[in-house]
Amino acid sequence: MTTTPARLVRADPGPPYEITFDGRPVPALPGQSIAAALWAAGILAWRTTRDSGAPRGAFCGIGACHDCLATVNGRPNRRACLVPARPGDVITTQKGTGHDDLAV
Amino acid sequence: MTTSPSEHGAPPGSTGDDPPCDLAVVGAGPAGLAAAVTAAGLGLNVMLLDAGERPGGQYYRHPAPGLRAARPQALHHHWHVFARLERRLRAHTTTGRLRHLPGHHVWTVLPEQPAETRQSAPAPAPVWRLHAVADEGPGAGSEDGGESPVTVRAHTVLLATGAYERQLPFPGWTLPGVVGAGGAQAMLKSGLVLPGRRTVVAGSGPLLLAVAAALAAAGGTVPAVVEAADYPSYAHRPAALLRNPGKLAEGAAHGATLLRHGVRLLTRHAVTAAHGTARVQAVTVERLDRDWRPLPGSARRIPCDALATGHGLVPQLELATALGCATLRTADGTPALDLDGEQRTSVPGVWSAGETGGIGGAELALAEGELAAYSVARALRGTRLPPRAAVLRGRRDRLRAFGEAMATVHRPGVGWTAWLDDATHVCRCEEVPAGAIREAAGELGARDARTVKLLTRAGMGWCQGRMCGPAVACLAGAEPAPDRRPLSCPVPLGHLAALPGAGPPAQAPPPPQPPAPADR
Repeated sequence: MTTTPARLVRADPGPPYEITFDGRPVPALPGQSIAAALWAAGILAWRTTRDSGAPRGAFCGIGACHDCLATVNGRPNRRACLVPARPGDVITTQKGTGHDDLAV
Repeated sequence: MTTSPSEHGAPPGSTGDDPPCDLAVVGAGPAGLAAAVTAAGLGLNVMLLDAGERPGGQYYRHPAPGLRAARPQALHHHWHVFARLERRLRAHTTTGRLRHLPGHHVWTVLPEQPAETRQSAPAPAPVWRLHAVADEGPGAGSEDGGESPVTVRAHTVLLATGAYERQLPFPGWTLPGVVGAGGAQAMLKSGLVLPGRRTVVAGSGPLLLAVAAALAAAGGTVPAVVEAADYPSYAHRPAALLRNPGKLAEGAAHGATLLRHGVRLLTRHAVTAAHGTARVQAVTVERLDRDWRPLPGSARRIPCDALATGHGLVPQLELATALGCATLRTADGTPALDLDGEQRTSVPGVWSAGETGGIGGAELALAEGELAAYSVARALRGTRLPPRAAVLRGRRDRLRAFGEAMATVHRPGVGWTAWLDDATHVCRCEEVPAGAIREAAGELGARDARTVKLLTRAGMGWCQGRMCGPAVACLAGAEPAPDRRPLSCPVPLGHLAALPGAGPPAQAPPPPQPPAPADR
């Protein structure tokens, strides 16, 4: 049997629930952060930078670098590595500041 | 927007008007936990504020209860030590001696302005105000980000704010799939996830061995651990090694795990570029000279789908430096707090323990936290230091010596800047390329990171220079300056507006009078 992190620590979480990323369903385990759920689904980028539009995702993993900012349920600039995933969360790729609506 | 903490279910005593507690501890990692439970055991009233949702800090980071991990110790050394601390934390919480405030990011600590008193009145005991942003838990949808302001008053403060990872940039380091080594470990420990299937681990410092061992044990493939320093260099410091057999054993345990999983350790090598478009697909590894300059003709490519990188840890000091605590430089040129024999900072009433005094690891942090608690109790209650304090001090001196040896071995060599091309973004937040920083430090005459920031915006973004600070300082030809961040984390403007009085007072409060002279 292949080793996985969950098997290593003998995790027995409840059934996964669904969140969506840019409209695509993604399973999340109870207790996982949004970033962890996205990583588990093989998604590593959920933001584009203000200047060059380059893709970014989690880097420091502890809330310090702010590279993992995502738009969660319509609210931009949420640190995905800190925010727990909740059933039905709608995650969308954050473009730039996430405040395009305020652009002049 | 609501600013009343009570409406958000914040704990009583956090409105800033309640009587001060004896000791406020910032940070619930090994140092803060040890200090808090020791102080509570000595009869002090303790508040323990921590940004994390669960105690343990980064070192004892563990899965959320929802993941129901039966064996979290599989990803940890010395888990029993943490389990014991957590039991004591729960016991003291039950008696009300200690209050643990998780999800509280302390963003500044200020001395309280004493109220106007008549000259004949006795001077009031000094009081510190700790201002924090408290997470409100899931689903909070309020306009201010679901965070409420909390103020804690305390007679003494212990800063156990730990460290963050030092990053040195290279072409491609902003690609998705390139993550901090500590970040990969944090995501694994808390979320039980890996950044990819094949993860190269690169940079410098013993943390890389721990990260590679954890990734491999958790089912990841680690094609190589790429270390810029030379492990045999430790042999030049035999005293520090021989006095710390525990450190050797820990290194040997990681080494055994790596051997078992067939992980190669390449010393005096560095990842000097990451390649890919949407995500990292390969890295270039080059051999280094003694100054970390790549040796021509030594480049080779290693295919991978993730890279975990980091170049050691640096103390997180902004709360301390904002209070005026004196710093010194450790063996790798990094600023750390200047602490005396009882973990006191240069500011009376403020103690510190753990990585803030120089990177040294969890065992050192535990000893220092406990020692600091005895010292605080002595200052407040006039009790004597127990005989155990001498034992702890001996342990601390021995482990500090190891920390210094480690810092010397892994001190970044000046040649690392040769990895950069002018287009490499050094500042990730503001996307400032190395070329602009070199121009600022060259033609424009910048001599330190602050001037470079003013000229280029490097270090002006969300992370407040935590990711690029050491690299920018180096490119400017300077040693890194002590952290200066008036707000240690993002704070809603409404919280600032709600502060009583504007601006910090001009001077610190009078010191508490310890009953015995300081013995350094």
